[in-house]
Amino acid sequence: MEDFSILIGGKAGDGINSAGMVIAHLFNRLGYRVYMYFDYPSLIKGGHNYAIVRASRERIGSHRDRVDFVLALNQESVDFHKSLCSGETVHIFDISGVRADGIGVNLKEILKEEGAPPVMGNSCIIGAFARAAGIEWAVLEEVFRRQMPKALALNLKVARRGFDAARECCRIQMLGPSPLPVISGNEAIGLGLMHGGLDAYIAYPMTPTSNLLHFMAEIAETHDLLVFHPENEIAVMLMALGLGYVGKKTAVGTSGGGFCLMTEGLSLSGMSEIPVVVVLGQRTGPSTGMPTYTAQSDLHFALHAGQGEYPRLVTAPGDAEQACTWSSLALQISWEYQVPSLILCDKTLCEGFFSFIDPGDTIPRIKEYPKGSAGPGYLRYQITDTGVSGMLYPPMNDTVIKVNGYTHDQAGITTERADLSSLMTEKRQKKGAALAEEVSRLNPVGIEGETGADQTLLCWGSTLGVCREVASRMALRLVQPIVLSPLPEKAVQDALQGAEKLIAVEENSDGQLAMLLARHGIVVDNQIHRYDGRPFALEELEARVKEVLA
Amino acid sequence: MTARNLVTEAQNTWCPGCGNFVIQFALKNAIQALEKEGVELDRIVLVTGIGCHAKMADYLNINSFYSIHGRTLPVATAIKMANPDLVVLVCAGDGDCYAEGLDHLIFAAKRNTDITLIVHNNRVYGLTTGQYTPTSPLGFKGRSTPGGTVEEPFNPLEIMLASGATYVARGCTRRMDLLQKAILDGIHHPGFAFIDVLQVCASYFNLSDYYDARVYEIKDHDEGDFEAACRKAREFDYNEDAPIGLGTLYRTTRPTLEERLASVRGTEKDRSATIRKVLEKRA
Repeated sequence: MEDFSILIGGKAGDGINSAGMVIAHLFNRLGYRVYMYFDYPSLIKGGHNYAIVRASRERIGSHRDRVDFVLALNQESVDFHKSLCSGETVHIFDISGVRADGIGVNLKEILKEEGAPPVMGNSCIIGAFARAAGIEWAVLEEVFRRQMPKALALNLKVARRGFDAARECCRIQMLGPSPLPVISGNEAIGLGLMHGGLDAYIAYPMTPTSNLLHFMAEIAETHDLLVFHPENEIAVMLMALGLGYVGKKTAVGTSGGGFCLMTEGLSLSGMSEIPVVVVLGQRTGPSTGMPTYTAQSDLHFALHAGQGEYPRLVTAPGDAEQACTWSSLALQISWEYQVPSLILCDKTLCEGFFSFIDPGDTIPRIKEYPKGSAGPGYLRYQITDTGVSGMLYPPMNDTVIKVNGYTHDQAGITTERADLSSLMTEKRQKKGAALAEEVSRLNPVGIEGETGADQTLLCWGSTLGVCREVASRMALRLVQPIVLSPLPEKAVQDALQGAEKLIAVEENSDGQLAMLLARHGIVVDNQIHRYDGRPFALEELEARVKEVLA
Repeated sequence: MTARNLVTEAQNTWCPGCGNFVIQFALKNAIQALEKEGVELDRIVLVTGIGCHAKMADYLNINSFYSIHGRTLPVATAIKMANPDLVVLVCAGDGDCYAEGLDHLIFAAKRNTDITLIVHNNRVYGLTTGQYTPTSPLGFKGRSTPGGTVEEPFNPLEIMLASGATYVARGCTRRMDLLQKAILDGIHHPGFAFIDVLQVCASYFNLSDYYDARVYEIKDHDEGDFEAACRKAREFDYNEDAPIGLGTLYRTTRPTLEERLASVRGTEKDRSATIRKVLEKRA
């Protein structure tokens, strides 16, 4: 068996997320590909948090319906997850606070004897896990050295006590491949934006993209990048446009509620043709919904946000590599076509952790449009064949650069003339057509699995990971539109050539991808929805697909 | 650099007698004065909101960002953050800046970003045909309040003093000489400069005679004394009859947003190196 799942649980404040990361890195060192799902309620201390770390020989992006190990720092970790356990599941638990069968370690006593704070209980139980799983001490020590910048010596001491207190119950094999970076979806997006040429990142904190703000702030400590957190999302969007006006490639990040506040600015971006990239991390709605849980229910919001008609790019990457690639492309495209770009992601992708193969050099570079020539005759909104005008930024010698949210003429001066209004609407339409042409050259639709199969799964965004595995297990074709606006209709139709039964898998209740495709004449036969804030697990989705096909 | 006509060919649509003409003249004169001091016109950027005031973006032949209602200051702040060499001027209305965008106003003062804000405070919504604003007097009969408003106005100068503005002044379109001086002083001020301009709206709230009878030039006043500035600001509360002082109420200096940002910015320019470094840390 080369597929392991480990659940570690405790209360908020126990460091469950970082403990999950250490476990992921243990497997990473052993040559496994890893994925981590982190489940936590919206509170700071207390409650019940857990992470499921999955490790496999193959690339993975989903969690399973069973776990091999439960690492319990609280009683809930044992009681709440019984459905994931079988007779084979090994429980490793803190005997000073948890009742269970398996390997007990007295955390309270060990921490007291070592003079360690309670938060180091997670290091101790990881030590016990390593022993139980037959992972050598040297591997654990190396991972601690790399991943724990603070209080390393004490953490190692405590882990060693856990290691010595446990017994080996299996021996997880070392695999061949060398370790890969393990990064979150948020980090993959941030790296993609950096690759695309990002100059500034502006955001107001909101789950699930707050960690992207933190990540960019961390980068800005050493890199020449402006990171700013203003008073609200309205200011975020307008600051981004101010930065864009003076030539700074800018992205913003938020979730649905914050994006509501950004929409007047988004529409201004459409009208003033100032580029901006929006990272829209979906979570369970409507309204506040469940802030720390996932959803795919903002697709139509992203497609239609903002008054008036204007072209936009909406891309929904499905894994960390796509997140990196398409974040770079979203920034480049936004800049070359002077349109807003939306990166539509969700809690599962943003806060999930993945083994990551840097797509770096394989990411296409979008061809640059002419910049326009400076001088008294400069027209910021000059009419061209493609609708794309040469964009200059102040200060430029002897050049007046006017941008405007009102209907304007080619110089950027307000007009209410009927003929000019039509002309400028058609200019934006032409830009949309040029954008669609560009998108069609970028493999905007993923096709995987049994590509010739009649039975086809359709998905978008973070369900890619689980659909990939289900498609592979059941020999289905898998089609994933990565760009949703402008919808690459021909590429979708080509990918569906010969497919007879289309099953759309979505984490919403309306079937938003199916609705979008129906508008383009593509009719989905069956729909599988989940809308409780939790992502599909592998066996669960497999069973639901079988039900549909039965 | 060829001599540039500072006024565009756009047709001017302000009402006859509008106070905006006076502000436009004062601003144009201030810009010409800057040019004489050696500031290239290409380095000046004007940001406007939405309302009668905002047409300034169309009428002045300088770089401009014609933004949306209430949203001048985040745009202007960002432009200055991105390029501190630019001279950033903001024209906003009272509905624009005191109602729809009040949050941004308070934060611009708090941050002390080095921009100059001119509020065209006509104490009425003009373009939407005559409704009350945050500075209309109690009982103002507008089209949304035919029986008179039921709330007192607030005093924008007090708000700005409380929020940390480092330059606070008042002008009036009935005294262009003092207005022009306040604008130029504001532009020269290194930090957030706030100028509330009592502007006559010829169509919906013509206070020409009212202002003529009450405005006076502030003299013998210690601009560096915060308490004295507060007292001066409270003299006229935008509601009850009182003398209305014109000129600088408060002036001080503290580090600007741009200066503080520069001191915490990283310096690495090589994107690939930064990406590589992150990935090494996470392996």
